[in-house]
Amino acid sequence: MEYFVIIVGSIFVSNIVLTQFLGVCPFLGVSNKISTSVGMGGAVLFVLTLATMVTWIIQYYVLTPFGLDFMQTIVFILVIAALVQMVEIILKKVSPSLYQALGVFLPLITTNCAVLGVAILTIQKHYDLLEGVTFAASNAIGFTLALVIFAGIREHLDLMEVPKGMRGIPVALVTAGILALAFMGFTGMVK
Amino acid sequence: MSQIQNFTKGFIKENPVFVLLLGMCPTLGTTSSALNGLGMGLATTFVLVMSNMVISMIKDFIPDKVRIPSFIVIIASFVTVVQLTMQAYTPALYESLGLFIPLIVVNCIVLGRAEAFASKNTIWSSVIDGLGMGLGFAFALTLLGAARELLGSSAVFGIDLAKGDLMLVFILAPGGFIVLGYLIAIINKLNKA
Repeated sequence: MEYFVIIVGSIFVSNIVLTQFLGVCPFLGVSNKISTSVGMGGAVLFVLTLATMVTWIIQYYVLTPFGLDFMQTIVFILVIAALVQMVEIILKKVSPSLYQALGVFLPLITTNCAVLGVAILTIQKHYDLLEGVTFAASNAIGFTLALVIFAGIREHLDLMEVPKGMRGIPVALVTAGILALAFMGFTGMVK
Repeated sequence: MSQIQNFTKGFIKENPVFVLLLGMCPTLGTTSSALNGLGMGLATTFVLVMSNMVISMIKDFIPDKVRIPSFIVIIASFVTVVQLTMQAYTPALYESLGLFIPLIVVNCIVLGRAEAFASKNTIWSSVIDGLGMGLGFAFALTLLGAARELLGSSAVFGIDLAKGDLMLVFILAPGGFIVLGYLIAIINKLNKA
């Protein structure tokens, strides 16, 4: 039951992009096509889960025992940056086909605030390791869901007659607002 | 380019939010009121100025290959300084900005200016650039925050301007996207004119 609440809560009720505003840059940047947004979502799922796991272990086995909590921001961002590099190198060797699919998106992920945001949130919410991993994975799924829905809408938006001043980013932002409005319908489903 | 142009470019012509579309997450996440927007903007300005200054000072000593990781460490240190200072002196603001303070590290504006400007220019012009860009960012956030606060609770900086029922949706998440969309459309129109 605990896990169910975490999963539904982070995919729908407090969707990471549409209600928490984390990862808005890739949300606006790579949501032109459904295929690229699925690729980005896959890369985020992979890195986010791994990063949350590693940062959780570092927080509770290194930072807290030695009283280094104030180093959290510096350590986490370095871990994430190193992790992304390592994943890139390992994937290239082990699974070239997966690297082909996710490779382009990996460098972009270091500066995706969703990754650092979820890693810090996991610590702030005092989750244990398994809950933290569940939380990270379902947030990544929520990110992918929002990205794919938005990409689908934007593919249609390209064909529409939009007033001149609103073309491009402005109309995309207003559309995202309406999508966020739809997601607000889930508010109160879980506490 | 004169120092004055260097300073003012961040406000309208190269405004990080409205024109370059960088740093969207804090822009949307912290602007539920004008005061929060201003606080976030000033915190980012401090990080931007200090990291620009330090990076332009030590740019000749950093090997090219480890450039980006070194920049990130410098930026993260200043973010920690801001985080601890705000926690001590402005606890209310610290609470309401919450997660977005540590997330200044991954704000594309800060790393973007370090890479594009501070690593190539003198200390003095890097500081001016950081100050201009940071205040431009703060200006954008305050404007967005004021617009959302006005539409959502008919107040600006917590001062009530009218009584009566309000469009609460503009303070919540969807309003952020919608107001920013219209603001960018207006700025685009002004820039072309």
